[in-house]
Amino acid sequence: MNELALAVPWLGKRNPLAARWLVIAIAIGAPIVAMMFGRTWVRVLDFALLYILLALGLNLVVGFAGLLDLGYIAFYAVGAYTAAFLASPHFDVHLPIWIVLPLAACFAATAGITLGFPVLRLRGDYLAIVTLGFGEIVRIFMNNLNYPINITNGPQGINSLDPIMLFGWDLSRNIQVTEDLAINSLFLYYYFFLACVVGSIIFIQRLQISRVGRAWAAMRDDELAAKAIGINTRNMKLLAFSLGATFGGVSGVLFGTFQGFVSPESFSLMESIAVLTMVVFGGMGNVAGAIVGAIILSALPEILRHLAVPVQNALFGHVLLDPEVLRMLLLSLAMILMMLLRPSGLIPANAKYSHIRYLKAKGVTE
Amino acid sequence: MEIFLQQIVNGLVVGSVYALVALGYTMVYGILGLINFAHGDLVMVGALTALQTMMFLMGVAPGMSPIAMLTLSLLVAIPVCMLLAFTMERLAYRPLRNAPRLAPLITAIGVSFLLQTLAMIIWGRNYHTFPQLISTTPLQPIEGVFITPIQITIIIVSALMMAGLVLLVTKTKLGRAMRATAENHRVAALMGVDTNMIIALTFVLGAALAAVAGVMFASNYGIAHYGMGFMPGLKAFTAAVLGGIGNLGGAMLGGIVLGLVESFGAGYIEHLTFGFLNSSYQDIFAFMILGLVLIFKPTGLLGERVSDRA
Amino acid sequence: MITLLEARNIGKRFGGLQALSDVSLTIRKGEVYGLIGPNGAGKTTFFNVLTGAYTPDGGEFVFNGAPLPSGKPHLVVAQGIARTFQNIRLFRELSALENVMAGHHIRTTANVWGILTQNKHTVEEERLTTERAYELLKYVGIERFATATAKNLSYGDQRRLEIARALATEPQLLALDEPAAGMNATETVQLKNLIEQIRGDGITVLLIEHDVKLVMGLCDRVAVLDFGRKIAEDVPAEVQKNDAVIGAYLGGGQKNAH
Repeated sequence: MNELALAVPWLGKRNPLAARWLVIAIAIGAPIVAMMFGRTWVRVLDFALLYILLALGLNLVVGFAGLLDLGYIAFYAVGAYTAAFLASPHFDVHLPIWIVLPLAACFAATAGITLGFPVLRLRGDYLAIVTLGFGEIVRIFMNNLNYPINITNGPQGINSLDPIMLFGWDLSRNIQVTEDLAINSLFLYYYFFLACVVGSIIFIQRLQISRVGRAWAAMRDDELAAKAIGINTRNMKLLAFSLGATFGGVSGVLFGTFQGFVSPESFSLMESIAVLTMVVFGGMGNVAGAIVGAIILSALPEILRHLAVPVQNALFGHVLLDPEVLRMLLLSLAMILMMLLRPSGLIPANAKYSHIRYLKAKGVTE
Repeated sequence: MEIFLQQIVNGLVVGSVYALVALGYTMVYGILGLINFAHGDLVMVGALTALQTMMFLMGVAPGMSPIAMLTLSLLVAIPVCMLLAFTMERLAYRPLRNAPRLAPLITAIGVSFLLQTLAMIIWGRNYHTFPQLISTTPLQPIEGVFITPIQITIIIVSALMMAGLVLLVTKTKLGRAMRATAENHRVAALMGVDTNMIIALTFVLGAALAAVAGVMFASNYGIAHYGMGFMPGLKAFTAAVLGGIGNLGGAMLGGIVLGLVESFGAGYIEHLTFGFLNSSYQDIFAFMILGLVLIFKPTGLLGERVSDRA
Repeated sequence: MITLLEARNIGKRFGGLQALSDVSLTIRKGEVYGLIGPNGAGKTTFFNVLTGAYTPDGGEFVFNGAPLPSGKPHLVVAQGIARTFQNIRLFRELSALENVMAGHHIRTTANVWGILTQNKHTVEEERLTTERAYELLKYVGIERFATATAKNLSYGDQRRLEIARALATEPQLLALDEPAAGMNATETVQLKNLIEQIRGDGITVLLIEHDVKLVMGLCDRVAVLDFGRKIAEDVPAEVQKNDAVIGAYLGGGQKNAH
């Protein structure tokens, strides 16, 4: 959380404590403010949190360990389809979320290890291509495994996924507090996802300041030197890869159950690229960057949808670029320009890999 | 037997297009160590530019002979792709030549998507019918085996272009400068080679091949659209890795082998998997080959051992 | 004298170049052992084969009486051999302290579960690693830069940091690849003192160096490589008088190598 607080402009450096409270206030208050503009915007926030989870996981792989994974969305798909198989009328299996979630995490991690094992000793750019290929293969299977036995239901996807039940609470139902006050289900999902994000941030920051985080950073900065100090780089890469995949898988379950249906088109290469852009745009190798990147770039299409059309209508009298095209245009430009002009991202990594507080007795300060 | 021969014909046709595109990947990789993701999209730009030219020509000179029309549209498409590649190298890749290794790779992905988006803006999202100016009436050289004149043209043109490129690289002063730059930029520069020019030229040459490949590809299938370059691009990259990246002969061999594997794979996959998988899985062969090559022989079929001295 | 490391008939070939042929040498516990030779004699290749960066084509290393695994750098480090690089290779984005802490990786055991739950073992280990790293920075004399990012340190301090990082792996044998390269006279003297201090603390040192004065003043014994072969091994004073060695350095080495 500290990193995020420090990233707050102006206030972050001057009064970290105030910045911290500000971040917390925004995180809790955001959906309430959003609701004033309409339910769509709460939904946008819910999706933003899912993208944050995805970006945090990919940042682990790309930013910390320096492995370019272009098929990341495939792990998201593994998670979403696991939920669809195990908690929907499709096979008429209805397992609770507390079983689906760990299973999906395991499947995704296994997929990550299976994919990573053979290719991780190769140069980074080969990894990019192989993961990209893997992503496409997963999509091809999702699209076609409805014949001769119907497993994935093909391009139509699978409908009516079971909603998340939390201690007997159905997150998809509004809670009736009093006669005329109800808490919308979108809020319930928001706070549930927020809890997942906060948990992930804590987990990742603990990893970062540990022998594992340092080993990843070492490997990323100089693989040969990392080997020379005894780091088993293959195992460390596998660990990064499978943990990243786990994040993808868990996000996938949340995505599937939240949306209520899954279909192959949610898991296109463009989505992998979009998540990568979030990480790159925010700043590789730091948690705050991944979060800010995910928020900005996931809200972007919605903002475009509401702004681009009227603005273009007003300026040119008709719509030149539809929002989807505009989104792709901005994403690709963001990627290129960011690398050329500000390669460290919007919020340059100022990542800590040690606790200086252990050296307080020796008079060492930041 | 006829089916077998037919698969060989199909494989050779697709394979020679892969080979042409693979050459572009392999040349750039050989000289910069960069996977130019956007190279596949030059195939698309080539095809769509040619399409645009043909439409224009059909409007102003409806009586023009098909061959002349095809030639003219190539004469437009090739320089457009070359110019685009030159710009790409100059603006996006050159400033990053000494950046950390992920930076140019990410930029290349960005450039690829930018090209696709721009094409989408210019030509729309729809599939366009591509005029098949060379006859597509199948000939039957052997009973039961079909080959169209356009397919014959593809094989011949690819072969000629590859031969030309090999001559350029092995026999001319320019080619020597390219090989020197690939070996070691700094030393080549010290020997008086204008390495910046050579690198730009490598991009431009690859783009010319990609433009031709694009026109042939679109002519063969009679279709063009903004995303048509991506898959062939990936497959061509696979072909380059399969043959041994950085190696011209390898790219050609890899292209042909990949074309054949795909063609046979698509033809026999149903038998091989007892009807479980069908030809919609054709695209997975390229990726499976890529994976297998990288695991078992990362240097490729013709690749040399890459030195990894500290 | 106890033998710490024995190289037995090590050979390594790169394509047509025989980088090392039949190199055998013995390093004793507690000494500073110099490895010298003209450029391209195979010194760095020897380092790379020893530390597992390359697999030798022939021969083996015996360390503390047991054969060393070949081609697995992390296992070699675990056995107790650490190295530095001719061209400094630090983890640029980490602080000086964190670089050294990373060096302690192989001597720590915390796993993902422990890190996730921050159990007692993990927290205690992390605290010890931090303190130890700071002590090592002090040992090489750069503790005031503990929180500075490695890439911002001066050249001489980067060299020291690299040595501290290698020491963090708790080696019995410290292999230094041209540590004095690019240093001025003052820095070289400081380096000499540091190496003597390291030896004084019971760590054996294998030193590749071009600075003949440093080698002669510091090493207990010296081996000379030329064209991948060992042409001499003796105390510095004797090696200086050796005809083959003089020949190798003054040219015509090919003749002497045969």
